[in-house]
Amino acid sequence: MTDVAVVGYASSPSVRETQGTTNGVEMLVPLFSEVFAETGLRKSEVGFWCSGSSDYLAGRAFSFIAAVDAIGAVPPINESHVEMDAAWAAFEAMVAIRTGEVDTAVVYGFGKSSAGELRKILALQLDPYTLAPLWPDSVSVAALQARAGIDAGAWTEQQMAEVVAASRRKARANPRSQLSGEYTAEELLAQPRFADPLRRHDCAPVTDGAAVLVLAGAERAEDLCERPAWIGGMSHRVETPHLGERDLSTSVSTKAAAADLDIGGVRLAELHAPFSHQEILLRQAIGLDEAVEVNPSGGPLAGNPMFAAGLSRIGEAASRIHDGSADAALAHATSGPALQQNLLCVLRGER
Amino acid sequence: MLSAPLEPGFDYTRSYGPLLGRFAAGLRACRILGARGADGKVHVPAVEYDPETAAALSELVPVSPTGTVRTWSWQSAPLSGQPLEQPFAWALIQLDGADTAMLHAVEAPGPEAMRTGMRVHARWAAERRGAITDIACFVPGEGPDERGELPEVPDAVEEMLTSPIHLSYMHSASPQESTYLRELAEGRVVGMRCPVCRKVYVPPRGACPVDGVPTEEEVELGDNATITTFCVVNVPFPGQRIKPPYVCAYILLDGADIPFLHIVLGCAASEVRMGMRVRAAWKPREEWTTNLANIDHFTPNGEPDAPFESYAHHL
Repeated sequence: MTDVAVVGYASSPSVRETQGTTNGVEMLVPLFSEVFAETGLRKSEVGFWCSGSSDYLAGRAFSFIAAVDAIGAVPPINESHVEMDAAWAAFEAMVAIRTGEVDTAVVYGFGKSSAGELRKILALQLDPYTLAPLWPDSVSVAALQARAGIDAGAWTEQQMAEVVAASRRKARANPRSQLSGEYTAEELLAQPRFADPLRRHDCAPVTDGAAVLVLAGAERAEDLCERPAWIGGMSHRVETPHLGERDLSTSVSTKAAAADLDIGGVRLAELHAPFSHQEILLRQAIGLDEAVEVNPSGGPLAGNPMFAAGLSRIGEAASRIHDGSADAALAHATSGPALQQNLLCVLRGER
Repeated sequence: MLSAPLEPGFDYTRSYGPLLGRFAAGLRACRILGARGADGKVHVPAVEYDPETAAALSELVPVSPTGTVRTWSWQSAPLSGQPLEQPFAWALIQLDGADTAMLHAVEAPGPEAMRTGMRVHARWAAERRGAITDIACFVPGEGPDERGELPEVPDAVEEMLTSPIHLSYMHSASPQESTYLRELAEGRVVGMRCPVCRKVYVPPRGACPVDGVPTEEEVELGDNATITTFCVVNVPFPGQRIKPPYVCAYILLDGADIPFLHIVLGCAASEVRMGMRVRAAWKPREEWTTNLANIDHFTPNGEPDAPFESYAHHL
């Protein structure tokens, strides 16, 4: 089976609210142009298109079909969609290339979270019999997890505040970030609680945004990118949807995904942690030591476009390989409540 | 850009299945049941399959309505549909006799009244329908003495759960759609031309579906059009404006490259044909809004039929 590399990436600015439609066309059109210009790939050459988005977020049926207008799908294209973060669309595309079905793929994710009540909409991803009828919103569910970890001694509120301060600081260098600035942990801890034990800054902002990733097999990758980010391994695992069956202070699925991969030499990780405590949890579950730099982009706490933020973790990590600043990087994406499902992807400068 | 509130709603109906149906029937009778696995572990709420082994579970056992808070969070501004209207705690509660925790609300005066490890018990809704919401919430403290005071476990199965889902959005029109809708309010139909393939789209699109570029050049279209294809509506349905039979047709405005659906009146349904020439019949000006319904219907304009070749590539 052929090796697969990330050869292009583009993302929109993370913003609180765009004027565009919920079908993402206005955000996607410039991103497709950007990756085509960056890679030299032509639309007609793309073997497979795969997207991640949600009709619940858009409030309309088949919103991802309207997004296909942004591609210009004439003559007809080879296309697929996942109703989850587009990191899983990247997994599907990776499989399509590895199996030799296609040699290139464009993966995209988009979400206009500002259109609805995000934390309430996300309650609908829960078990429809015993959880969703209570409308437990995503922030409250994450807060249950935050306290479970505090009670278990897995992290402290001080550490959570330090994660936020680091995210805001690093995001200053990322022009596409939504939230950035210089704060001390003490300043953050002085803020009132929002969903006790979480403070507002412990939660990723509501973000509109999109991201596009280009994948290629070994025969095309070096034509399209000077230093491809080779996918050394990609694994995803899921846990039970029943929150009370899980030990929320850790992530069994992340540990299992990490065990599938060789993460040796990784000194940089982009973690899809929409809540501050989850960055600490993921660091522990994957087994990243202090020497590993986490979320140099600022991560999801600096901008969290739903259904694109996980894909962006792969893109941001790959960009560090592309520009030569890293030789090995790890990307993580999550889906579902309180890190129910987790995907890990190892990227390397060498095949 | 134009935007408007969008409030989709739907009553989802879901069959419970045999195991969850008995769990739900228990709730209606003020009893909480757990599913016991081969390892003796009791799962509450009942789960159909063991999360560890994936073995199908079938044995249900009653557990206590009293339990211990394993973790909690504070909902300072409850959202519509949540169990309590005043601020409350969410908690994962491990009921006595259960090995897993269930999510529910705990009524408490404030977060200072909550702590991990505290004891809580279920308070039942006055009207129960066989659903998780039959537990109104949990309240602090030990529940009623179990001996002889708990209702009997019913020998019953709930069939269906009805879940009304109502969501609120602010729906935004694209820049092109906004122009189109504003022009409609002035009695004009405006399409937009793709700068690459030169096709005119009405309604205009955010991106040309052929070329993937925004359509930009505005093109005002007249009232005259050709019917490319049509159907005769004979089936009555709720909300129908016109008594069947009537004609729903694809209307290709002169100068446009894509037809849209509209209604044809002003002749017998049996007279409508492909290629028939029609014109827009606008509502009285005072009724115009940002809506294609400003055109009440299309009606024959008396011109000779368009030749098939003139619209064949728009079918």
